[in-house]
Amino acid sequence: MKRALIPFVIFIIMAGFLFKGLFLNPREVPSPLVGKPAPAFSLPQLDQPGKTFAPKDMLGQVWLFNVWASWCGACRDEHPLLVELAQSGVVPVVGMDYKDTASEAKRWLNERGNPYLLSVVDADGRVGIDYGVYGVPETYVIDKAGVIAYKQIGPVTLASLRDDILPLVKRLQAQ
Amino acid sequence: MIPEIGHFSLILALLVALTLGSFPIIGAARGNTVWMGLAKPLSALQFALVAFSFLCLAYAFASKDYSVVYVANNSNSQLPLPFRIAAVWGGHEGSLLLWALILSVWTVAVSLFSKHIPDAMRARILGVMGLISVGFLLFMLMVSNPFERLMPAALDGRDLNPLLQDPGMIFHPPMLYMGYVGFSVAFAFSIAALLGGQLDAAWARWSRPWTIMAWVFLTVGIMAGSNWAYYELGWGGWWFWDAVENASFMPWLVGTALIHSLAVTEKRGSFKAWTVLLAICAFSLSLLGTFLVRSGVLTSVHAFATDPRRGVFILAFLVVVIGGSLLLFAWRASTVGRGGKFDVVSRESFLLANNVLLAVAALSVLLGTLYPLFLDALNFGKISVGPPYFDAVFAPLMAPAVFLMGVGPIARWKDAALPELVVRLRWALGISAITAIALPLLLGNLTPMIGLGLFLAFWVFASTAELVYQRLHKAEGGWLAGIAASSRSWWGMVIAHLGIAVFVLGVTVVKGYESEIAVKMHPGDVAHLAGYDFRFDGVESRNGPNYSASHGQIQVSKNGVLRTVLEPEKRLYTVTNMPMSEAGISPHLIHDLYASLGEPLDGGAWSVRIYHKPMVEWIWFGCLMMAFGGLLAMADKRYRLTKQAKAASVSQG
Amino acid sequence: MMKKYRSGLAAILLLLFSQLGMTHEAEPLQSDAAVEAQVQRLATQLRCLVCQNQTLADSHAELAQDLLQEVRDMAARGMSDQAIVDYLVARYGDFVRYKPPLNKTTSLLWLGPFALLLLGGIGLIVMLRRRQAMQAELPLTAAETRQINELLK
Repeated sequence: MKRALIPFVIFIIMAGFLFKGLFLNPREVPSPLVGKPAPAFSLPQLDQPGKTFAPKDMLGQVWLFNVWASWCGACRDEHPLLVELAQSGVVPVVGMDYKDTASEAKRWLNERGNPYLLSVVDADGRVGIDYGVYGVPETYVIDKAGVIAYKQIGPVTLASLRDDILPLVKRLQAQ
Repeated sequence: MIPEIGHFSLILALLVALTLGSFPIIGAARGNTVWMGLAKPLSALQFALVAFSFLCLAYAFASKDYSVVYVANNSNSQLPLPFRIAAVWGGHEGSLLLWALILSVWTVAVSLFSKHIPDAMRARILGVMGLISVGFLLFMLMVSNPFERLMPAALDGRDLNPLLQDPGMIFHPPMLYMGYVGFSVAFAFSIAALLGGQLDAAWARWSRPWTIMAWVFLTVGIMAGSNWAYYELGWGGWWFWDAVENASFMPWLVGTALIHSLAVTEKRGSFKAWTVLLAICAFSLSLLGTFLVRSGVLTSVHAFATDPRRGVFILAFLVVVIGGSLLLFAWRASTVGRGGKFDVVSRESFLLANNVLLAVAALSVLLGTLYPLFLDALNFGKISVGPPYFDAVFAPLMAPAVFLMGVGPIARWKDAALPELVVRLRWALGISAITAIALPLLLGNLTPMIGLGLFLAFWVFASTAELVYQRLHKAEGGWLAGIAASSRSWWGMVIAHLGIAVFVLGVTVVKGYESEIAVKMHPGDVAHLAGYDFRFDGVESRNGPNYSASHGQIQVSKNGVLRTVLEPEKRLYTVTNMPMSEAGISPHLIHDLYASLGEPLDGGAWSVRIYHKPMVEWIWFGCLMMAFGGLLAMADKRYRLTKQAKAASVSQG
Repeated sequence: MMKKYRSGLAAILLLLFSQLGMTHEAEPLQSDAAVEAQVQRLATQLRCLVCQNQTLADSHAELAQDLLQEVRDMAARGMSDQAIVDYLVARYGDFVRYKPPLNKTTSLLWLGPFALLLLGGIGLIVMLRRRQAMQAELPLTAAETRQINELLK
């Protein structure tokens, strides 16, 4: 009889995993870049196309890197939070306008407020690929040494700000 | 009003199912004939109530009632009527109702065709099926009500997913469910046998036709899904090892092992515990498939919209049903008893080896399907397990099983002499080995996979031919008499095995020798592939009932002679704004020519993909042969309920 | 009047040209066949991150097209299959590969089926041997043999 219990035991173990699986999100793709230096790039700025920006320009500060676009629906949901965050002055936010047109992007910011220190333009999405962007919006927390400390997949929410992003930012700023 | 009546009918059905799941089983334990006798009328009543509920939902779709949430989410005014009806099972809630309906159909069928089965056993079987029904009806009524109202009613529906607006949708899910759910009968037979402590050759004879019928439906259902994907998705693929495809394939593998195991139990009284375990596992895998599709645990193109509550409910149901039956198995397996003796080399041992191989194959598919979940749950990161893995693992596992198909039927029961087998099969071995090497060289491409595939296919052809020849040329009265004298069950086996060989041949040839080109075509341009010339004649605008289309024409000729015209289409469905490509296919026994439109480019040109798929239709033809073989086996005379047979079984009873 | 002549002339010219049977060979969508073969080979092994249930080859998603273009550029530069896959894995993780890597955490996945087969095979042989031993028929005594011969006459 002991041997006949094997199928039951195997099933129970599997059921345990299935239960755990109910609370995971199989569609979320975690980034392998967390803990690694933010990939370098040099992109033109949205408001001043003649000038460029690179992540090394932000060394010595903790900052947020937010990927957005005017055609992105979920970006509208998170935008007010970003505006508020920018107004609080806790942490600077740099935006990356992903696969967008400059005129549409500027109009979008005019309508909804501009929380960004500046926005760079990633017209063909190449830099997005370097950052492992697969959906918009996505936000990265980058520390003083230029290392990616955290990636927020999907829109920034009140809960994610309160529980994940802001505590992390404070910790990194204290370093 | 009608949706409310349908809802109420489901509630009544639940009450009936609760009664069906309790009184007959308790009655069987106590020998109470009245309670046992309740099973048959309750089964009929349950069927009537669930069927009525289903009709109410179908009516809501037919009459475009968008005050029902489910209808609003899956239908649209411009959706043609046949697809509106098929949309009943296009989403989660409705497909559950289909599950419950089909379960009630099998239940009432068992109640009607089981006069030869002892009362206690029949009561237990129907009782177990009633309990399963309770689970599904409860699930629907608690967290997945298809009749939920939308106030205020929507003006129009969100439309059925364009990929599902196809005759395949009318055919594939019902066939598949008939198969999945049909394994509940074998499951119920097993539980009844464990409960009653009666597991003998008679039990195997009773349950075998039901199991084969479920297997036939599942074979046809999977085949229909594969064929549908082939002509619908536009890239010529027919199997993707997607989580839900695997969820239907695992019960099929275990079901195949079960059929073989039942054959041995019926003939020789052996493998009893193994058979019961396989029956439990086959249905458990069906239930697991239901869980995987609806819980959000895995991503899949087939997955329904998800909700953790639903997932928890189904998982609890799974634990109760599967965990309970496996515990019952562990407890009662020893009472099942040993069967007859057989040699290390015998037909029994070959069949046992076959079962082990099929079980390992099913477990491997399960491992690959659930592995990403395992790793994620243990915080080891996220990986993907796809076709490269399954192809690499599955083929080596199945190759020995296919090889055994040639040896098993020729081997004697109880003990077979290995030297004798080798002598009988040496021609088959030689022919298949030579063909496996010569044919690819002739066709211009030889790889290990092609060689192995061709060898296995021709091995089965040759050894089966040897088997049939041996039986027929020794028969009294000549060949025709020999054919009639062999049982339908035997012919069923022959045809089903040949079907597998046909399938393997199709897969090997299409994977080894298919070709494709991706070209930019202006009207009048000509492309060449596999010796054919494809001339693009441009597109014209056509409109369907709920879509606008660009309808292309491609003339196919060989050596200047027009052979056929391919008509691929690029559609835009108006409600969902979803683009879809309908391939233009010219199917033939020897090959398919397949074209699909990509994107319109500048200058009136289009990007076009053209495929040459040799012997791809053999894949589905092989599946049909397997199903036909199963039907023949089911129609065997010993399952006939003629008056004589009934009288005989009553006297044995 | 002039208009009628012009359209008439156009019609004649059109007729002439079509009668010349000017068929044009369709150009392949991508110019370099060898590179494209490598791209197609890789595309069927890489997962689309947006739709998640299609390969890069089959997906219509914009990101899939972008990634395919990246792959094409890398292939054109002469990068090997492994290098291209590594490039994508560095950015998106192992999720993007449909063929799981072979490492500590996936060893159970790759070796599991064959371990199961071995286990099943050994179990089968053990069971067959044990069954033979357990049910060895006792030889008949001389008396029993005579009895049986009587019955069989």
